Amino acid sequence: MSTCEINGTRVDFKALNVEDEMPLLWALRDELNLPGTKYGCGIAQCGACTVHIDGEAVRSCVYPIGACNGKKIVTIEGLAATNGNKLTKIQEAWIKHQVPQCGYCQSGMILAAEKLLRDKPKPTDADIDAAMTNICRCSTYVRVRAAIHDVAGTTNTRA
Amino acid sequence: MNTTNVSRREFLQTSAGATAGLVIGFNFPSSNAQSKAPATAGIAAGNVGGTSEVNAWIHITPDNRVLVKFARSEMGQGTSTSLPMMVAEELECDWSRVEISEAMYSEHIKRNRLYVTTATGGSRGTRDSASVMLNAGATARAMLVQAAAARWSVPVSECVTANSIITHTPSKRTVTYGAVAEAASKLKAPEKVALKDPKDWKLVGKPIPRIDIPDKVVGKPMYGIDVVRPGMVHAAIAQCPVFGGKVKSIDAASLAAAKRMKGVADVLDMGEYVAVVGNNWWRCNQAVKSLKVTWDEGGNGNVSSESIKKYMQEGVAKPATLAKTTGDFAKAYADAPTKLEAEFYAPYLDHAPMEPMNCTAEVKDGFVTVWVPTQSAEAAAAAAARAANVAPDKVEVYRQQLGGGFGRRGAFQDFSRQAVEIAMKVNKPVKLLWSREEDIQHGHYRPATVARLQGALDKDGKLVALSARVGVQSILERVRPEALRKTESGPVDPMATSCFDDSPYAIPNLRTEHFYAKQHVPVGFWRAVAHSQNPVFRECFMDELAARAKRDPYQFRMDLLSGTADPVRRDRGVLEAVAKGADWSKPMPANHFRGIAVQDAYGSHAASVVEIEKLANGKLKIKRVVIAVDCGHVAHADAAKAQIEGCMIYALTAALYGEITIKNGRVEQSNFHDYPMMKISETPKIVSLLVPSGGFWGGMGEPPMAPLTPALLNAIFAATGKMHRSLPLSKEGVLFA
Ligand code: FES
Ligand code: FES
Repeated sequence: MSTCEINGTRVDFKALNVEDEMPLLWALRDELNLPGTKYGCGIAQCGACTVHIDGEAVRSCVYPIGACNGKKIVTIEGLAATNGNKLTKIQEAWIKHQVPQCGYCQSGMILAAEKLLRDKPKPTDADIDAAMTNICRCSTYVRVRAAIHDVAGTTNTRA
Repeated sequence: MNTTNVSRREFLQTSAGATAGLVIGFNFPSSNAQSKAPATAGIAAGNVGGTSEVNAWIHITPDNRVLVKFARSEMGQGTSTSLPMMVAEELECDWSRVEISEAMYSEHIKRNRLYVTTATGGSRGTRDSASVMLNAGATARAMLVQAAAARWSVPVSECVTANSIITHTPSKRTVTYGAVAEAASKLKAPEKVALKDPKDWKLVGKPIPRIDIPDKVVGKPMYGIDVVRPGMVHAAIAQCPVFGGKVKSIDAASLAAAKRMKGVADVLDMGEYVAVVGNNWWRCNQAVKSLKVTWDEGGNGNVSSESIKKYMQEGVAKPATLAKTTGDFAKAYADAPTKLEAEFYAPYLDHAPMEPMNCTAEVKDGFVTVWVPTQSAEAAAAAAARAANVAPDKVEVYRQQLGGGFGRRGAFQDFSRQAVEIAMKVNKPVKLLWSREEDIQHGHYRPATVARLQGALDKDGKLVALSARVGVQSILERVRPEALRKTESGPVDPMATSCFDDSPYAIPNLRTEHFYAKQHVPVGFWRAVAHSQNPVFRECFMDELAARAKRDPYQFRMDLLSGTADPVRRDRGVLEAVAKGADWSKPMPANHFRGIAVQDAYGSHAASVVEIEKLANGKLKIKRVVIAVDCGHVAHADAAKAQIEGCMIYALTAALYGEITIKNGRVEQSNFHDYPMMKISETPKIVSLLVPSGGFWGGMGEPPMAPLTPALLNAIFAATGKMHRSLPLSKEGVLFA
């Protein structure tokens, strides 16, 4: 039985005929039509496919459906719902700092930042360096850092 | 257990519910391919559904919404905000009611290239649109005023406009744009309209929040990869690893096994590639990977990076095809007391946008529709039309959001062609997605380049002679061979010797030659194109010459920028600005070093200072980058700065790590583990200086790339005394902290 909760809704992957080996990313995208989670590399290198699984930031391109049983999964589409259907502070800061360029990496970037601030509400630049390993080919890194510091009220030593 | 099988639609609705109300003004008919709106929604030919087409670019609804046609591609540069801003500036309309709507390819073709071009490249999205957009706004405004004046029977001169409202000043009567839009749309457009003085601009240049951003923080935009069509199948492909090769055979057992794999509908031998179609892309890709394909590699199975480099080194060792000559280089060089000679190398580079190549295609009754993240609707349509053997007016293109472009999604539409080919074969809508591996191994690469430079200084240390012999494949040959310059000794691609031919420096004796290299590796328009490598050669050599002359590299350049022509003046301007911004006149702290460089590109001028620290362990740390750009007029101050930030990392990534190598005719790299990207931890401080001198519109998406790498290499030269003339630095043993 591979039953989990995705964005607050119970999903039974067995009933949907999804095999255990399929990475969560492709079940989200092609079986559940939740395309906000993106494919960038398929080998856990880029973070475009980042989702929250039981509160952890996980690269869903290498996370098999077989491991999802009993897990609570949140994707970018469900993030605001975890905050009373309002944008989270990170999402708001992303708009304020005009972070996204093409935007393709940003679902993953935002979910990685959410997790960082949950673990370390007052992150240093070293904390940001360690946690934010997502690739952004448009290079929004300067603004990602500024937006995180803005939400946390911490000092940006790289500005 | 209480388990519900939630439907796809419910998922979509739940997700959309959380974000309702956030979205303003993003009205692409293609932005949700599943929406119930007909495919033609938003295309008003004439006046449709109460919406009046005041001119090709501007449609106004009775309730005052202004729909601005967007013919370019939004890939993060902010053009979908800055172009409507120009329209709104001259139209004097309410910015909060402006929406963008896709300028459809079919309209463009049907109405005699209505939108001028649908391509986005060469940093032209803004600079070539500016006058069109400003004029469209001004023309529409004049027509609206004329319609209102006619309704009131008053002179046009007594009417003023603001915020989508026309006021007859003497009587204080008002009317909205929406109320007179239909009447205005029937008027003849004025031939000439006066445009505002740039100093009166209220919107243009301002950092207005970008229209596309709210959607992008909730995962809502529809990129090409997200398109879903009724009855659609997914497709994954494997192309011959050696460029130009084709399928010889597919092992029968592996073929039978792949066909039996879950979700696989069919395995197709497409001649030049194999394709698997099925109900989930991952399943298709697993099946493609399981196939044992024997390839006919063509004649290039022995080519390697080393063989290519050696071939080009031999090419530039002897005279090549003359591109430009002024003065008498040979004599000046022979006579000069100080000479310097250097050979530079830059490798092949792949674009690797975050969204791998993809296209969704549907072919029905001789009509082809593609949903594609493309930098050129026309190029996508041309590829689709050729593949389906139909006329260009039998194609429709829905441009999707692009998950990055950087030049990869423009002229070469291999993915669009393939999607159509597969759709025809299976007779169903097909979404083709390349794996990241296919994406990196089947690019249209920034060409590898070898440049042999010679320079001579007179007895006062002044540069009197410069020669550049550049060995590089021609990109132009692949897209517009008729534009190559023909000479007695063969063709010259003007891009090959750019940055030297048009060098702003006062060099009395200059000679440039192109060794017209031929290789099987496909080359294309990588961000900044030739301005990604030629400025490295020129500006690093300038520092080496300055060192020979025992001159400060900034002063050495300034002395040679003595002309009064606009480009020279502007190069001088950005050099001064960057030197000031980086405190060039003050010495650096202990163990800190810096380099400087300048380059004009795509109508703009850019100069950069890169500051590095030499750490005790011998590693280098990039501490700060200062960039000054003169793009004439700034279209959008914040988006311009974002482009500078983007260019900085795109260029530095290439300088530090970027290299596509060839072995046995094929690309050795395959994904981000062996084609690495800079990350946030490596991102230095950046100071972006916009120093617009006015009077022209320059590009922003590429120009800031040009001076960055040479400024970095010059900083390392200052730190170590060694000029690294070959990229990437990782191959040179230069380590960064
Ligand atoms: S797609 Fe999962 S990390 Fe890149
Ligand atoms: S915003 Fe384009 S890849 Fe990050």
